Amino acid sequence: MKPRNLSMLLAAGIVLTAAGCGSDSGGDKAAETKPGTAAADAPVTITVGCQPPKSNPLERTAWDEDVAAFQKLHPNITIVSKDAFPCINPDTFQAKLAGGTMEDVFYVYFTDIQKIIAAGQAADISPYVGSVTKLGDLRPDVMSVFKSGDKTYGLPRTNYSTGLVYNRKLFTQAGLDPESPPKTWAEVQAAAKKIAGLGPGYVGFGEYSAGNTGGWHFTASLYGRGGEMVGPDGKTAAFNSPEGKAVLENLKQMRWTDNSMGAKQLLQWEDLMRMMGGGKLGMMIGAPDVVQSVNNDFKGKFDDYGVTALPEAKASLSGGDGYMFNPKATPEKIKAGLLWLEYHELTPDQGQFNYERNKGQGRPVGLPTPDLYGDTAPGKQIVETRKKFATVPVEHFAPYAEASTTIQNKIEPPKAQELYAILDVAMSAVLTRQDADIDKLLADAEAKANKVLAKSS
Amino acid sequence: MTTMTVQGSRRRKQGAFRRGVRRNLTAYGFLCGALICFAFFSWYPMVREILLSFQQTNFVDPPTWVGLENFRTVTEDSAFADAWINTAVFTGLALVFGYAVPFVAAIVLNELRHAKAYLRFVVYLPVMLPPAVGVLLFKWFYDPGPGLFNQILDLVHLPALSWLDSADTALISLVIVSTWMNLGTGTLIYLAALQSIPGELYEAAELDGAGLFKRVWHVTIPQTKLILLVMLLLQIVATMQVFIEPYLLTGGGPENATLTVAYLMYQYAFNFGDFGAGGALGLMLMLVLMVFSAFYLRISRDNQS
Repeated sequence: MKPRNLSMLLAAGIVLTAAGCGSDSGGDKAAETKPGTAAADAPVTITVGCQPPKSNPLERTAWDEDVAAFQKLHPNITIVSKDAFPCINPDTFQAKLAGGTMEDVFYVYFTDIQKIIAAGQAADISPYVGSVTKLGDLRPDVMSVFKSGDKTYGLPRTNYSTGLVYNRKLFTQAGLDPESPPKTWAEVQAAAKKIAGLGPGYVGFGEYSAGNTGGWHFTASLYGRGGEMVGPDGKTAAFNSPEGKAVLENLKQMRWTDNSMGAKQLLQWEDLMRMMGGGKLGMMIGAPDVVQSVNNDFKGKFDDYGVTALPEAKASLSGGDGYMFNPKATPEKIKAGLLWLEYHELTPDQGQFNYERNKGQGRPVGLPTPDLYGDTAPGKQIVETRKKFATVPVEHFAPYAEASTTIQNKIEPPKAQELYAILDVAMSAVLTRQDADIDKLLADAEAKANKVLAKSS
Repeated sequence: MTTMTVQGSRRRKQGAFRRGVRRNLTAYGFLCGALICFAFFSWYPMVREILLSFQQTNFVDPPTWVGLENFRTVTEDSAFADAWINTAVFTGLALVFGYAVPFVAAIVLNELRHAKAYLRFVVYLPVMLPPAVGVLLFKWFYDPGPGLFNQILDLVHLPALSWLDSADTALISLVIVSTWMNLGTGTLIYLAALQSIPGELYEAAELDGAGLFKRVWHVTIPQTKLILLVMLLLQIVATMQVFIEPYLLTGGGPENATLTVAYLMYQYAFNFGDFGAGGALGLMLMLVLMVFSAFYLRISRDNQS
């Protein structure tokens, strides 16, 4: 190739590359409406996150059907679905915001919501959210996750409170009654000992201690025992308490005295799922979504598992997911997004609650979550339909469902991830070092947490 | 007359310049490509990171300047000292193992008469594995229950170790992974250096009655001194940025025993959403690495001259 031709080719390549870099949302821009200029019924295009991936054809088909039906109802709204698995990835969340590729209606876990609100990374939807017809029926504790002061920043999709997931098959093998799961921590300890006694590789009770998941489960146990993570003003740590000490003492005893927690520690989210799916783990803190995940992704079977309330629970850490809005979304996009969320996530017998279709597709129906509406009319309707089309052994989740109605749900503390990282140290110490000094660990963690909380106030 | 001479000289110079440009057009084209790639993927992120370390940003609103606040945040964090100490210890241990093992492996491979190609392939094999796969393989090796390493210890009647599950052994366990993963590259570079040593030197040493160790000490090491030094510096720069091993194997635990500077940086940026603090920590690491890089450049330049 002649040098001249080559340089022209290079120049063309550079221009094309530059054009490619700058055209990330060109397609959407054509359909965008400028703030304040569009009429209520003007055409609007919104991007929505968490479309099920192609590897999950059943859920994807259902999603696509719902999008088509919704667009038929609202011909002026075009939904551009964005698939992802998992639906949110902390590694790309900030990059998407910075690069302008964040969806107009983006998916979030409860854990991240307050952090996103504090950082100003979600739109305030308070002026528009009143259009959601069943807003008043949504559980106030669930909605509080999406609020800061009197402002609302999103809507829930699923929610759960923390309970105790157990392997019914192992309970039977160990001579325990799967119909009568543990109600106290002493019973958990005794059951764990029996399960671990089944032989090498069997773990009675599994717990996290790395990647911030240890601190997360410490919080769940602490709340269950009636403890608090932070003081009433949110500016000081409150976990260095008798309840906090009891959490660690209990784990230490199971790990080192009973030897019922296995030798392998530093476990993170996927590790316990894999152990549960592999059928060698007896119990873990979790909710019905754990069983769903174990069934769908870790080769477990619904029939083998049950979920009960967290032992001696006075309160329960709530979890779940939902949607928030891009801070740059126009009012028209927010209004359209709210219509979609109401249609797909919040209406009984429709969208995610279309249990008849889910059953027809062979998808699991009958888990007692989500419970977005509590004891209200839409809540009752959802429970009734779910029961009617149930495909999973509903009775395995009955103790959890019954307790959920009386146990108070509590949201995560401020600066949750920072506190969880600090408490990972205490959790990993107790689970990997026999001589761990619990008082010192909690005092050290408290001092560190106070620094973090003082800075945030 | 004088004017005409000056004009003629200028024209000749311009002509020579044009000819020079035309002759090297292809080279300039390739240079442009490389410059653009470096500018987009190395220099721009570096400048952005430096700016970020003095800013607070949510990637939505314009960033605000906060002076040294981000540096204060990270230095006041109790995990800061842990992360630097662990990184220094990891780098030191990685040098002891990761520096010596490939050199010895290269000498052994160089001395072998048979199966050279096969053994080179075996040594280089870990480099061909995606790092995540290699690291996760070790997760199974280190499993205190059915893990390979404890099974081997059991076979020779030695007590089982906790490997990753003890603050005493977790960091050294990560060094072993890192050494295994990087063994191939180091060995091949050393092997190339060894093969460039003139055979006459070894013959002369043999005639003087030098055994294997004396040959290594008096011929191999002096002849490969430069490459050894360069590899030492490059390895320091690479190992100080250790991230994937703690990220995939230990999550920084137990008790922060494997928390490294790069992993803490990740925590700030992605778990806590504080890119400013992450940037500040990154800048500190960059400054430390620049010292070693400066040594490397100096050695390279001295060698060229």
